[in-house]
Amino acid sequence: MNDVHALVGAYAVDALDDIERAAFERHLAGCEDCRAEVASLQETAGLLAETTAVEPPAALRDRVLAGITTVRPLPPITPEPTISVGRKTRSRRFRVATLVAAAAVVAAVGAGGTAWHPWSDDSSQTVSDASAVLGAPDAQSTSLDFDGGASATVTHSDSVGKAVIVTHKMPPPPAGMVYQLWLQQPVSGMVSAGVMPIAADQTVVLTGDAATAKAAGITIEPKGGSDHPTSEPIALFDFGQSA
Amino acid sequence: MPSSPDEPAPDSGPDLPDLLRRSGRGDEAAFARLYDATAARAYGMALRVVRDPAQAEEVAQEAFLEIWRTASRYDADRGSALSWLLTITHRKAVDRVRSAEASSRRDTSYHQNDHAVEHDTTAEAVQTSLEAHRVRGALATLTDVQREAVGLAYFGGYTHTEVATMLDVPLGTAKTRIRDGLIRLRDTLGVES
Repeated sequence: MNDVHALVGAYAVDALDDIERAAFERHLAGCEDCRAEVASLQETAGLLAETTAVEPPAALRDRVLAGITTVRPLPPITPEPTISVGRKTRSRRFRVATLVAAAAVVAAVGAGGTAWHPWSDDSSQTVSDASAVLGAPDAQSTSLDFDGGASATVTHSDSVGKAVIVTHKMPPPPAGMVYQLWLQQPVSGMVSAGVMPIAADQTVVLTGDAATAKAAGITIEPKGGSDHPTSEPIALFDFGQSA
Repeated sequence: MPSSPDEPAPDSGPDLPDLLRRSGRGDEAAFARLYDATAARAYGMALRVVRDPAQAEEVAQEAFLEIWRTASRYDADRGSALSWLLTITHRKAVDRVRSAEASSRRDTSYHQNDHAVEHDTTAEAVQTSLEAHRVRGALATLTDVQREAVGLAYFGGYTHTEVATMLDVPLGTAKTRIRDGLIRLRDTLGVES
């Protein structure tokens, strides 16, 4: 039983951090044994709630039932969506609900369309760093496709020590918000790797040491960026999985 | 893996999968019945994780709105309706404590016996169901270390890495205890999925 399988129990009780969860859900997509075990262990974990049942205040019921009148139920999924992966053709089902929801928000906001500036504000330094990573013999890439035709590919090279994200048809972030890049470092966790300029198609070098990083992520943050992620990532690129 | 997803839970009256299906079609009365059948478990678990009643209400409210919104996404092949709904709620509760922790670093002086799986029976607690008795009996069959690890993870909302540090055991040991504990519970309770 390898390392990834052993995370089944921790996954079933939400005891994984975001990066581990993304990696494990990718594993789940291709491992029927783990899917079955996760289902049975989640079923079991749910029974623990039998021991802590507490009648909630009546006001909660009123708020919930009032709340649903303003929320449209989603249609069923047919067929179940997967986030397709570019070069690696690996099926990804991690946090599908969240990811799809986030992508849908992005896509909806993007529908208005704004001017964008392909390549225009790349400094020459950025271009040469990007070229070094993209051309490195040990470059490894992971791609994600989003609803609406947008895609993003993160390529990292341990020898160069940098990672590069290349986006295609990315809709602009919501008003007043930016896309912020992150590197997941083994000790310090999610460390900002810079804020992306608003452009549909661009190449951006991530700030920070990509050789030590376990993964890269994108979140939507208030303009100017945040010190720590304040929302769920809309995309996670696990370096350990892109070999 | 055999699955019998459409069978109602052993102790339950209402047909939860059917109520979910109706909810997915916008049937508010069905959703109200679903709420009534499950709210005590969802709210009580959220309360156990986040500790603060006001926040537990917020977590439960968010969870039920998501359950309403995504009811049509429930896949009976992947487990019972109750498990699906509690998984959503647990996830929200854990997200809540972790984001609270991220914004203000958690007080590291952690008291284990404060978090261990003990079963408080407050005046508000719902009358102890047969099922709760059964689960407690199954919990009693775990080793102390398994019970502690499962409790810290499920009710404490801690990651397996944090659990390992709290229990002062190697990382691999914590995740193994969590998994072994859940497997023993599953087998003792005869859970099928």
